[in-house]
Amino acid sequence: MNLTLREAMLTFKRAPLLSALSVTTIAFSLFVLGLFGLVVVNLQDALRAIEERVEIVAYILPGTPAEATAQALKDIQAFPEVQGANYVSEDDALVRARAELVELRDVMEELERNPLPASIEVKLKPGFRDADHVSIVAERMRGFGFVDDVRFGRDWVENVDRLRGLAAAVGIVVGAAFAVVAIIIIGTTIRMAVLQRSREIAIMRLVGATDGFIRRPFLLQGAIKGLLGGLVAVGLSFGAYLLINRYLLQSAFFTNGQALAIVGFGAVIGLLGSATSVGRHLKRV
Amino acid sequence: MIKFTNVFKAFPKGGLALKDVSFHVAKGEFAFLTGHSGAGKSTVMKLIYADERPTSGEVRVSGYNVNEMRPRDVPLLRRKLGIVFQDFRLLEDRTAEENVAFALEVTSARSSTIAARVMRVLTQVGLAAKAQAYPRELSGGEQQRVAIARALVNEPTVLLADEPTGNLDERATRGVFQLLRDINASGTAVVMATHDLDLVRQAPYRVIELQEGALVYDSAVDEPRDQAAAP
Ligand SMILES: Nc1ncnc2c1ncn2[C@@H]1O[C@H](COP(=O)(O)OP(=O)(O)OP(=O)(O)O)[C@@H](O)[C@H]1O
Ligand SMILES: [Mg+2]
Repeated sequence: MNLTLREAMLTFKRAPLLSALSVTTIAFSLFVLGLFGLVVVNLQDALRAIEERVEIVAYILPGTPAEATAQALKDIQAFPEVQGANYVSEDDALVRARAELVELRDVMEELERNPLPASIEVKLKPGFRDADHVSIVAERMRGFGFVDDVRFGRDWVENVDRLRGLAAAVGIVVGAAFAVVAIIIIGTTIRMAVLQRSREIAIMRLVGATDGFIRRPFLLQGAIKGLLGGLVAVGLSFGAYLLINRYLLQSAFFTNGQALAIVGFGAVIGLLGSATSVGRHLKRV
Repeated sequence: MIKFTNVFKAFPKGGLALKDVSFHVAKGEFAFLTGHSGAGKSTVMKLIYADERPTSGEVRVSGYNVNEMRPRDVPLLRRKLGIVFQDFRLLEDRTAEENVAFALEVTSARSSTIAARVMRVLTQVGLAAKAQAYPRELSGGEQQRVAIARALVNEPTVLLADEPTGNLDERATRGVFQLLRDINASGTAVVMATHDLDLVRQAPYRVIELQEGALVYDSAVDEPRDQAAAP
């Protein structure tokens, strides 16, 4: 193992320029991927904010005993899809209406009796905020005897669904395209590193080195280059993020996990790129 | 040790490089492989170290059948051989010592024994003082000695030398040849391809001569011939 490490490190010492070029190429390919990733991350944030507003409201028949609603509230809160449920009493509804509907304040002042029903407002957990789940939960709530009506903005929910589908499709297609381009560029760079050392590989074979022995330092070296490239790419993305926040708009950066995924992706492509390049080279000669 | 039986070798582009070649080199023997350029000497060498496989016929080398050996056995065969070329084939960015050590490292020899064995062979080839030199800092003769040391460090049963003196001047040639004789004297078989007939005449060794891929003379089998008439 330390022999593999020594041989891998020797590459950086022996061909510093080509190594630096490889790392730079990997870094920029992953940077482009990273920028696209930033767009996706921020779109997802925006989408999540929109989803936040998906809500189901069950109106409760007047005269329903308080214990019955309290029990129902507990039951609803226990639904697996439900994040939280709130009871809004008739009085609460009126207070809210007064605050929100300023134009009608006068009309409401004159009311003798509160015409607004009590309700239970339900928010679903992330991942359940789509038309299907919303309908299922709404249907279940309709099953309570004292529930008069259940409302949710069906069109709204369906539009959110469509937006989410579109974002996912674009993300996957464009992301995959960028990833493929990154893989090709990185693969070519690594191939150059292998070709540059073909004489050395031939000599290694002559003295009885197994293919595995020849391959190992290349794999390690490829993984290290990919790792460094990934780190630089995340750094560049962070720089871009700072600039965007300063001059364009408030946006979000990758979570630590996502940043780590970019670095890991770099390492994996570096490793696989080396594996295929060396493998092909070894098979050919 | 090395046994060729009716070996033919055809390259995809190009004609027959070897035609019906049969010979046998015994343990501890010294054999010259001679012939004009293009006669097939290097091809014989490549078949011995399993860089090529015979088109037909059989090649056996220290227990391996080159015809049908598995690719993963090839490195094992090569560790039993020492191979030396006209162009030395040293790793340019490693010292003499590191070049020799490398041949041991690939066999996953224990690192404690490597240093001692490397110094021993470097001493044997007379280069102990230049262990830290890089190939570019060494003369051709010295580089070839490093290559020979590398070939020896695995204690091979056969040393293959393909025109080992081809790039050397007369003095260096004598030195390297003497080294090969010493190595042979200590029990290692040597197969040396050369077209330096002066060398061939100097020593009482077996001569195998190829001509356009055919074995035309083998001193172990054929009548000794008039030295002056030899090509
Ligand atoms: N890989 C190859 N592909 C096609 N033809 C080849 C290949 N290697 C050798 N040959 C042909 O085989 C014949 C023998 O070549 P070889 O290298 O064995 O000759 P040689 O005796 O070593 O010559 P020299 O003294 O010049 O080194 C030549 O005609 C050569 O062109
Ligand atoms: Mg030759």
